[in-house]
Amino acid sequence: MADNKSLIGTKNKKGQTFTDTWTMMNDAPRTPSFYTGSEVIKEALRRASCDVMIAYPITPQSEAAALIGELFAEGYIGDYFRGESEFAVMSQCAGAAFGGARVFTTTAGPGTMRAMENFPMWSGARLPIQMIVTCRGINSPLSIQPDTLEIAYLLNTGMLVWHAETAQDFFDWILKGYMVSEEPDVHLPLALCCDGFFVTHTKDVVNLTPADMCLPPYDPYRSPVPCMDMECPPVRMMRDPFVMKSNYISYATHASWQQEIWAAVERSRKHTIKWINGLIDTENIDADIMIVASGTAVSQGREAIRLLEDEGIRCGLVKVKSLRPWPEEEIREATKNAKHIFVPEFNVTGWLAKEIKATVPNHHRVHAGPRVCGGMTMPPEIIVQEIKTVLGMKTVSLAGRGS
Amino acid sequence: MSKERIQISEALYDIMPSDYQDLVKSATYGKEDRGWKDIGNSKELIEQHSLCAGCPESMAFRYILASLPNPEDTVMVGSTGCTSLVFPMVAVHNIHSLFGNQNAIASGLKRALSVRFPGRTKDVVVLAGDGATVDIGLDMTLQAWFRQEKFTTICFDNELYANTGGQESGLMQKGFVAKMAPVGKLFDKVRLPEIARESGCHYVVNCTVSKPSLVEKVIRNAVHIAREIGPTYLQLYTPCILEIGKNSMEGLQEMRDSEKPTERFAYKEYVSEPAKQLLAELAAKDKERKAAAKQLAGQA
Repeated sequence: MADNKSLIGTKNKKGQTFTDTWTMMNDAPRTPSFYTGSEVIKEALRRASCDVMIAYPITPQSEAAALIGELFAEGYIGDYFRGESEFAVMSQCAGAAFGGARVFTTTAGPGTMRAMENFPMWSGARLPIQMIVTCRGINSPLSIQPDTLEIAYLLNTGMLVWHAETAQDFFDWILKGYMVSEEPDVHLPLALCCDGFFVTHTKDVVNLTPADMCLPPYDPYRSPVPCMDMECPPVRMMRDPFVMKSNYISYATHASWQQEIWAAVERSRKHTIKWINGLIDTENIDADIMIVASGTAVSQGREAIRLLEDEGIRCGLVKVKSLRPWPEEEIREATKNAKHIFVPEFNVTGWLAKEIKATVPNHHRVHAGPRVCGGMTMPPEIIVQEIKTVLGMKTVSLAGRGS
Repeated sequence: MSKERIQISEALYDIMPSDYQDLVKSATYGKEDRGWKDIGNSKELIEQHSLCAGCPESMAFRYILASLPNPEDTVMVGSTGCTSLVFPMVAVHNIHSLFGNQNAIASGLKRALSVRFPGRTKDVVVLAGDGATVDIGLDMTLQAWFRQEKFTTICFDNELYANTGGQESGLMQKGFVAKMAPVGKLFDKVRLPEIARESGCHYVVNCTVSKPSLVEKVIRNAVHIAREIGPTYLQLYTPCILEIGKNSMEGLQEMRDSEKPTERFAYKEYVSEPAKQLLAELAAKDKERKAAAKQLAGQA
């Protein structure tokens, strides 16, 4: 079995120092750098002590996946290859994680949907794989444009699901995400989502941690289930395979394991709060009007708040960072004074608004919109218009929107 | 893994299940010349299982587990089907995840083990049914071979979907009437052994499991070649006696009938040139080892 002594302070083969993650993320000096979101993913991975990355091309994550290949060629990643489809890639990720590796992959839109059967399996097998989801449309006719509908499908897989707003979120959360995922009382996969193109293909100033520091390596023997490497006794895992049994013991076993997965999601709450500084961020929570959003809709919400301020209308903001675990108490508390809650979203069904309606008392306060989809942008003006319309205020019609 | 790792604390010995005590006492982990002859005088790496009485698959499982050259450092990957009823009873780490993704799982697993244990032998062996290997999982089966992934793929070919009740599969014979083939299967049995060869497998064998010594030989060859050179493929006939209308005691005869020279499971083998060389080297070493042992015995 691997040596249990701490490697912190020692160097890896690239000369990076294994550093206590809290120190690296919170105390180490940061260098402002001007990067695209894809490049930021690469820079985070450079520091992640990742064992295996498996790639597959699909817009808009192809660039990030290829850049990590360059990291492999430079010797920062243990192994890297292109799989044959997203379904296969997610199974290859599972195999690598079963074998005790820290695993990373990226996907988007139709790829997420193609691979879907794997995700509840990942959670059920307690594999702390990290998957970047650069959201894009999943509808027909074919679209490659940004659209967050796929997140709705991930919410019930038992995975942790976070929604990054900016490239800075991305950089920090990739590294911090492993810390939450790999906790023995969590040990679940993380879907780290962002809005494709808006985050991946735009440049932003991101404060990077030193390139000569990296995360401590993953220790698979802290897993709550045995690592499949024949380094621990190959015990019979059960007296009877439950798959074919139609009896109460079988049902109870499956039921209790499903409950355990969701209990682990709940247990991740305290670690998530610690690492990403709360499940939500808030501004002006004493305002009568609140915008609750996730992803880049938060940025658009901020702009709308600024425009409304110019007109003397005060509006607050809740940025939902973690969707699983779901910040139920936090959202309830942050919106308790609100008379109106607006939920701008980049998808047709309004899945975030539905979650919020199920969370807050007096849910008639929740206005499920504005929503754009299919790759449309969300100018802050349409958020302003939606708010003013609900408030009964006169609005200027926005060209081309049929209003 | 060394056998020390499975030792039982003395204080807990009496409360450990007897099958585990037996593993510690007499399983053949680490025995260099382990093989099918150990069956009956050592603890097998398979416990009681819930396959049908007389199922040839259970024979295949026993021979394979007795023949793995390095079970103490072997991880197996299964798929959904009758094999998934057995794997929980197997004393080798094994993974079931989804139906048909076994070669993808094995690809990731083998690479992770290579990253984590450089310079050490960690064998990966896939064992799945014909539905998993040839139908739902064909893409991943072939792609692992194209990529030259270094593990063995074993297909238990029973020529139908046994666990779901006898539906048509790609490896079923043409004309066979089955569920989902109500007027008989309309196309030929998929020629996976030939496809395996063309896809880059270095060792391909098509046979039945009627002879344990033959199973031992092909398993050892396949695992050694996969470890050193590249992918290997074994297609083993394990008839589903239930679905072809045979009785419990007729499985062995069914295999013997099907391996006659003109039949579809007549022994067929392909060995690539580098694999031939490796097998010759292994045979020479084996001969040397036996000669040394003989000499030692003579001195004693």
